[in-house]
Amino acid sequence: MKTIEDLKRMREQFQAENSIRQTGGIQVIVGMGTCGIAAGAREVMTAILGEIARRNLKNVTVRQTGCIGMCEQEVLVDVVRPGEPRITYGKVTVASVPKIIGEHVVNGRIIEDLVVGKIAD
Amino acid sequence: MELVKVTIDGRQIEVAKTTTVLEAIQKAGIKIPTLCYHPELRPEGACRVCMVEVEGARSLVASCVYPVSQGMVVRTNTAAVREARRMVVELLLANHPKDCFTCARNLNCELQTIAADLGLRGIRFEGKRKSIPIDANNPSLVREQEKCILCGRCIRACSERQGVHVYSFVKRGFNTNVAPAFEVGLDKAPCTFCGQCATVCPTAAIVEKDDTREVWQAISDSTKHVVVQTAPAVRVALGEALGMGPGSVVTGKMVAALRNLGFNRVFDTDFTADLTIMEEGYEFISRLNNGGKLPMITSCSPGWVNFVEIMYPELLGHLSTAKSPQQMFGALVKTYYAEKSGIKPQDIVSVAIMPCTAKKAEAAREEMDSTGCGPDVDFVLTTRELARMIKEAGIDFSSLTAEQFDAPLGISTGAGVIFGATGGVMEAALRTVVEVVTGKELDCLEFHAVRGLNGVKEAEIPVGDLKVKLAVTHTLSNARKLLDKINSGDADYHFIEIMACPGGCIGGGGQPYASCGDIRQKRLNSIYECDQCSSLRKSHENPAVKELYDTWLGKPLGEKSYQILHTHYHPQQRG
Amino acid sequence: MQYIRAHVLICAGTGCTASGSKKLEAALHEELVKKGLDKEIKIVETGCHGFCEAGPLVIIYPEGTFYVRVKEEDVPELVESHLYKGRVVERLLYKEPVTHESVPNYNELGFYKKQRRMVLGNCGHINPEIIGDYIANGGYEALAKVLTSMSSGAVVNEIKQAGLRGRGGGGFPTGMKWEFTQKATGDKKYVVCNADEGDPGAFMDRSILEGDPHRVIEGMTVCGYAIGADEGYLYVRAEYPLAIKRLTIAIAQAEELGLLGENIFNSGFNFHLKIKEGAGAFVCGEETALLASIEGKRGMPRPRPPFPAISGLWGKPTNINNVETFANIPQIINNGAAWYAAIGTEKSKGTKVFALTGRINHTGLAEVPMGITMREIIFDIGGGIPDGKNFKAVQIGGPSGGCLPKELLDLPVDYDSLVQVGAMMGSGGLVVMDETTCMVDLAKFFLAFTQSESCGKCTPCREGTMRMLEILTRITDGEGKVGDIELLEELARNIKNTALCGLGQTAPNPVLSTLRYFRQEYETHINEKRCPAGVCSALTGYKITDKCIGCGLCKKTCPAEVISGELKGRHTIDQEKCIKCGDCAAKCPLKAIIKG
Repeated sequence: MKTIEDLKRMREQFQAENSIRQTGGIQVIVGMGTCGIAAGAREVMTAILGEIARRNLKNVTVRQTGCIGMCEQEVLVDVVRPGEPRITYGKVTVASVPKIIGEHVVNGRIIEDLVVGKIAD
Repeated sequence: MELVKVTIDGRQIEVAKTTTVLEAIQKAGIKIPTLCYHPELRPEGACRVCMVEVEGARSLVASCVYPVSQGMVVRTNTAAVREARRMVVELLLANHPKDCFTCARNLNCELQTIAADLGLRGIRFEGKRKSIPIDANNPSLVREQEKCILCGRCIRACSERQGVHVYSFVKRGFNTNVAPAFEVGLDKAPCTFCGQCATVCPTAAIVEKDDTREVWQAISDSTKHVVVQTAPAVRVALGEALGMGPGSVVTGKMVAALRNLGFNRVFDTDFTADLTIMEEGYEFISRLNNGGKLPMITSCSPGWVNFVEIMYPELLGHLSTAKSPQQMFGALVKTYYAEKSGIKPQDIVSVAIMPCTAKKAEAAREEMDSTGCGPDVDFVLTTRELARMIKEAGIDFSSLTAEQFDAPLGISTGAGVIFGATGGVMEAALRTVVEVVTGKELDCLEFHAVRGLNGVKEAEIPVGDLKVKLAVTHTLSNARKLLDKINSGDADYHFIEIMACPGGCIGGGGQPYASCGDIRQKRLNSIYECDQCSSLRKSHENPAVKELYDTWLGKPLGEKSYQILHTHYHPQQRG
Repeated sequence: MQYIRAHVLICAGTGCTASGSKKLEAALHEELVKKGLDKEIKIVETGCHGFCEAGPLVIIYPEGTFYVRVKEEDVPELVESHLYKGRVVERLLYKEPVTHESVPNYNELGFYKKQRRMVLGNCGHINPEIIGDYIANGGYEALAKVLTSMSSGAVVNEIKQAGLRGRGGGGFPTGMKWEFTQKATGDKKYVVCNADEGDPGAFMDRSILEGDPHRVIEGMTVCGYAIGADEGYLYVRAEYPLAIKRLTIAIAQAEELGLLGENIFNSGFNFHLKIKEGAGAFVCGEETALLASIEGKRGMPRPRPPFPAISGLWGKPTNINNVETFANIPQIINNGAAWYAAIGTEKSKGTKVFALTGRINHTGLAEVPMGITMREIIFDIGGGIPDGKNFKAVQIGGPSGGCLPKELLDLPVDYDSLVQVGAMMGSGGLVVMDETTCMVDLAKFFLAFTQSESCGKCTPCREGTMRMLEILTRITDGEGKVGDIELLEELARNIKNTALCGLGQTAPNPVLSTLRYFRQEYETHINEKRCPAGVCSALTGYKITDKCIGCGLCKKTCPAEVISGELKGRHTIDQEKCIKCGDCAAKCPLKAIIKG
């Protein structure tokens, strides 16, 4: 390392690795209540992680949440982009994961036919 | 030299910028107490007795380590200073035996003097006292650490002056102690017994082993014939311990005092100093001519011999095999003198008065037994011990009338007496060697190049066709420099004189206290004065020595000489 | 590449390691593997959070949930509930001592809310063994800045302007110290970091070294550039093996990246760092003794002047600062002197880390802005005094500091205010005492420490502290004499005025400050032979009050068999023979036996 630019590059690289310890960024929230797990939430979660890795996305965190009372719609996945309403997708399957990530998380386009709820802050 | 103005107790003086506050105070004619300070050792600032006020300083300062600065205002006698001094001394006394009456340093102790000067009238602290066994397992020195005030002067003398590094502080805090590594006794440590530690100790924590009781007993024993020899350096220092000025020459009074004490014969080590020159001088000539080991190094200083046996055993071959004057004397007393006077050697008690503590250990060496019936020198007393015997006997020393040494072992030359000064052995040897080699009489007997208190003195002296390269040094730290040069092959000297103590024997470990440069210079001057006043000044012209060779020994380096007057050395594994 | 969705930060500081964080980490790893979660969840070892009493500490991201006292056996639940299902494990959250409310997030803890964690900012939040974690948080940018755009004079000036003062005790202005060393002539100069933290209870330096070692390395390197030194030593006490290990790793990593070594940032500046382990003498925290120790000599102080800035390590100009001081440097360079100088008071800038111990609800490390009051530290951050007891005094500044009473609780904590009231900042030890503490006993405790740690070189410290300790001991043993207080004062005054080094000069402070604020307690011990706090056993007896119903339990319990009385009658204790063990008082069902 010989220049300030070298240092800055290294800083960015390491910051990306630790980004989940920072607040902010896009959140993907998977319903991991008993109902969700029974409906295949874990498989959906694995698919989401795989998709994020495949696309090498930065600035995305994946969280879990419990039952929110719409058990018949499980698996539920929320996508929260900073400054935008919280979008809840219902009956998410492994097959629909690439679409949710590709369209909504990456490009900000809501997939309206999967939406079961919107909550504006 | 940059000067600064400082004000001391309202008086302005000018001193060099490198001066300490203590030196400035002394220059201003004010005497403040000191304990860990010693003018010839690196200041330590440990005892905190010399505290003074310096305007602007946050607390009192230790004047011995505090540098002066321009415009500094110093006060040496304020209420805070007096209180602090008294407290420090009281604290020292609280952890010190209260046995002044029976102490070896009674009336000659720096701590006692300061306590008296400060007018302390009580010690308010009773409590824990240090308890350390006495170290007396060697013939020379006794260490009574309960009397140690941890000033560290012995540590510095041993390391700075002697380069031997026997002592260091061990343990911590209240349990701090001064000791050789692993707290072994000096007999197990690489100690040379030079006694420089004892000369700088302000209390009786390190003193010479006292042999006066044994000597008194011998004197009182009518079956014993007690003879005494006195080393050259004793006569210029003994007076100091008996109320006379530094450098007083008291040869005749000393002889008279010794007779008064009851010694049967009073002889002079100067006689065997002359004899040493004969043996050692011829040995040197022989080494020069026969390709012997060079440089040859003198061997009359037993502290130095111990040093080389302990630290540089690989160089033992350089030492002259001639015994020291003390041991030549002892050997002759029990052989030659015994024969001549018809007294059995078993009935002779041979006592030596020496400026030296290592001489006690030298006398106790196993090989120093020429007759097989005991040590050649039975007892060695230091100058300090002799002074105590004279006081004990109630002799008014300064009013004694001078007397002469007994013959024949009391007859000597000026060459013998200068053994007491650094460079003296070398000069005495040159006076003989040059004349023996060239067969011509010297015009000038004084070899000024080897005189004086400089650390290492070098000279080139023509002896016949050869320019003899000489070196003379004193103190063991200087000796170390020369030995390292020999080991590295950088020393092309022919002859080296080494004395363990500063200034040679006049600064020996058994001499009266307060040996600093000024006093040593005065003793030194007196030694050369004694030489100047002698009618005979070359060892080979000593008639008693000539008679000894003619009637008994044969010739220098002869068979009998080898038996009686030469010795051997062996490595000492200590520490 | 696998996407990591969660980080589990486990504290691997000395405190949490001692309470089992290593076992916890192993168990967690095993459980994650078992559940197939090990590829998507990462375990991160961190340094100390300063909240060791609640350890082992665990933080889980992205939520930032703060778990305390997590044990091996909690692992299955933590994984199943939090990491698999996303449900917070309520019972492992921290609960505020007064309100008993659970606090899920780190920053909302009362302990952390009033703190301003700058020097400790990274501690607990980064992996100290990965240089990238430090760089991700802006690490080494200060070094890059000074080497590529600042003159050495400008660096010294910046530190002077910032008003940073030494955090090791005396509070000497750091910038001035640097300037002395910079201006000293010498072909070789050194930077030395004093990490010989020795005050009882103080562990802020250890925490910084264990939790954020690069910050100290960066601070020292900046200093090296400023004063013209190309070599530095970290003098770390050997009792800090983890700090030494982390520093060793950090130095190697910095060397590998070229942040230490030759020609750093192409500037032509070279800097090398070495670690020297101290062997456990308290006095080696004194700078001249420390330097002697690095040189391989006995660790004993020497008189100053000359100061190390002129003649230090091996006689060369040397700048020596403590860990916390160096750790302040990068942020001053990054944010500027003005930013730094805006924090704190007029003469004490920035923050100070305190180690809270004693009779206080939250023990641990607290970093606060200078000028905060003692009350805020003890009651807001420290959560007050436990067991409903009352605050009595606080010993601030370690064994060299002073003991302050409740009247001074609103004193602003800064260098000069503390000295004025007879205490000192010291290294930031803060021992809180409640009404059950005897102040004579406390003074004895601290004096016993300095007495046993005296190096033995100078008379007043070696001999004088022993005599002071003996007097204090006899007072607490009930053998105090009239005049003892005056003798203590005379000794203290003269030791302060004549001792060679800071250790000796400050050793009497605990005695002087307790005499200043609690003289009455000394007098009661001496004149009435009574210990008001009931601590000094020689002055404390047990009495049976009229609440006694004569059950006889005390009589059966007494190991010395000195309690007498008939069944159902009031019992009595033979005071002459009582050994004051207190067993009877503990056993009495009616609390009828009291101390006093």
